[in-house]
Amino acid sequence: MPAPVIVARDLVKRYGEFAAVDGISFEVAPGESFGLLGPNGAGKSTTMRMVGAVSTRTAGELSILGLDPDAFGPEIRSQLGVVPQSDNLDTELRVRENLLVYGRYFGLPAKVVAKRADELLAFAQLEEKGKAKVDALSGGMKRRLTIARALINDPSVLLLDEPTTGLDPQARHILWDRLFRLKEQGTTLLLTTHYMDEAEQLCDRLVVVDKGAIMAEGTPAELIRRYSSREVLEVRFGSDRNVGVAERLSGIGERTEVLPDRILIYSDNGEAELERITDAGLHPITSLVRRSSLEDVFLRLTGRSLIE
Amino acid sequence: MSGVTERDPVQSSAALPRPIRSLYAGNARAVMLRGWRATRSTNWLVVVSGFFEPIFYLLAMGIGLGTLVGTVTTASGQEVAYPAFIAPALLAVAAMNGAIYDSTWNVFFKMQFTKLYEGMLSTSLGPLDVALGEILLALLRGALYAVGFQLVMQALGLNLSWWAILALPAVLLIALGFASLGMAVTSYMKTFQQMDWVNFILLPMFLFSATFYPLTVYPEWLQGVIQALPLWHGVELVRGLTTGDVGWGMLWHVLYYVVMAVVGIVFTTRRLRTLFLD
Repeated sequence: MPAPVIVARDLVKRYGEFAAVDGISFEVAPGESFGLLGPNGAGKSTTMRMVGAVSTRTAGELSILGLDPDAFGPEIRSQLGVVPQSDNLDTELRVRENLLVYGRYFGLPAKVVAKRADELLAFAQLEEKGKAKVDALSGGMKRRLTIARALINDPSVLLLDEPTTGLDPQARHILWDRLFRLKEQGTTLLLTTHYMDEAEQLCDRLVVVDKGAIMAEGTPAELIRRYSSREVLEVRFGSDRNVGVAERLSGIGERTEVLPDRILIYSDNGEAELERITDAGLHPITSLVRRSSLEDVFLRLTGRSLIE
Repeated sequence: MSGVTERDPVQSSAALPRPIRSLYAGNARAVMLRGWRATRSTNWLVVVSGFFEPIFYLLAMGIGLGTLVGTVTTASGQEVAYPAFIAPALLAVAAMNGAIYDSTWNVFFKMQFTKLYEGMLSTSLGPLDVALGEILLALLRGALYAVGFQLVMQALGLNLSWWAILALPAVLLIALGFASLGMAVTSYMKTFQQMDWVNFILLPMFLFSATFYPLTVYPEWLQGVIQALPLWHGVELVRGLTTGDVGWGMLWHVLYYVVMAVVGIVFTTRRLRTLFLD
C-alpha cells in the first residue's frame, strides 16, 4: 500500500471554548476520492482549511504529502489545488488572466503558465470565454474556472469545499463529469458536500461528520448497507394524519421514521411492505418505493437537525 | 495537463530561516504584477484623475492665488515665490495620495469583498509577499504621480536647485511610508464608517501641514502637533530639496519615513497572517 497523502489523527480546532473540529481521524490514499459529508456547521470547512495549510490545528496530528503544515505551509500549499466554498475569483481580471496570474503566485514561469492556462480553459470548457469578464460568467462557469485555477500548479491533491452548492442540475452534472475525469487521471480528491447524490457519484470512501466528530466511515455502498436498508418506502397520509397512522404500522419494515410530511419505511422489499399496508386497510395519498441512498444514512446518523 | 512543475528563480526563499519562510516566498513580484494588470484593465481612469488633482491645485493656488501673495519666507529664512513654495508640498501630497488610494480603499475592497487575499494565501505566497506586493504597487503609483508632477514643476520653472533631482527618491520614500502604514491601518478596518476616518485624518493633514503657508503662523503647541504628523516631514523634505535649502537636519525626515515604512510592513504582515492563516 502506498503511503497516504493525508493523515489526520485526533485533529482538533478550537475557537475559544467552541470546538469546530473535535478529534477527527482519517487517511486519504493517493488517487483516492475522499468525502467529508455533513450538515452545515459540522466542521467540514474548518477541516479543509487545516488540510489546506491555511489554518493551524489546536491539537492532534496532521500530515499532508508527508509534511507538517505548521512547519511547511508554503511547501504544502504549492502542491495543493484549492476550490473554496464561495468563489474568490479575481473580478478585476479577465477569465484567462485569472489563470495566468494565479499560476504566477506559485512562482511558475510565465511560459509554463500560459501553456497550461490554455489546456485548462479547454478542460473547463471555457475556451470561448478567455477574454470575458469574470462577472459575466454563469455560476457553473465560475465554478469551473475556479477548478481550472486550482489546477494551474498541477497539484497532487485537489481540495473541493462544496463544489456544486448553488448550481442548477445541468451545471452540477457538467462539473461532476469534469471532476470524474480528474479522478480517472489519478488526482487525489478531498471534497466536502452535503449532497448525498454528489457523494455517491464522486467518493470512493467518505466519513459522515456532525458537530465536529466522525459519525461513520466507509464506502457509499458499505454505509448504506450498515445504516439503511436496500429499499425505502415513502408514504404520505397528510400532515395531520402521519403520526396517528405510524402507530398502526408497527411490525411493517425493519424500521420506520416519521417525518412531518411523510413516513419512511426501511425494508429490503418496498413493494411487499406497501402491499401489507394496503392490506391493513390504510390508503396513503401517495407512495414511492426507491433505492436507499446516502441521504438515508445521513439522516439516520445526524438526525433531523438537517431540516433546520 | 503536463507534468512539468518547474519553479521560477524568483522563489529564492529556500535560504531563509524557517519562521520567515512561512511568511515570505520571495515572490512579491507576482502580487505586484497582478495589481498592475488589474489597474490597467479596470482602474486606469481613477489613476489618471489622481494625477491631475495636484496639478489643478498648483494652478489654482500657486498661479492664481500666488499673484496676490507674492513671496513667502521659508523656515530657514529664504524668500521664494509662492508657486515655488507650495509646489514641493503638493508633490509630497501627490505621492501620499497615490500611495494612500492603493493601500487603503483598494486594499479594503480586496479584503472585505473580493476575498482576493484569501485566494492568494492559499497558494505558496506568504503574507509578507502580499503586503510587499501591494505596497510596491502603491509605491509605483506614487512614483508615477511624482514624476509627472515634477515635469510640470520643471516646465513652470519651480525647481529652484539641482537638488530637486533628489526629490524623486524622497517622494518614493514618502509613498513607501504612507503605503505601508495605510495598508496596516486598513487591515484593521471592518466597515465603511471606519474607512471614512482615514479621509477625516488625511484632509486636515493635507491642508495644515505647512502645505500652503509656513508653520510659523501657528502657535507653538500647534506647531508641535503638526510636526508629529507624517506629511509635514514629507513637505519639509521635498521643499528643502526643490528650493535648494539642504541641511543634515533633513535626515530626521528620512528616518521618520523609514520607521513608518517598517512599522507598517510589520503590522500588515502580522495582521494578514492572523486574518487568513489563523
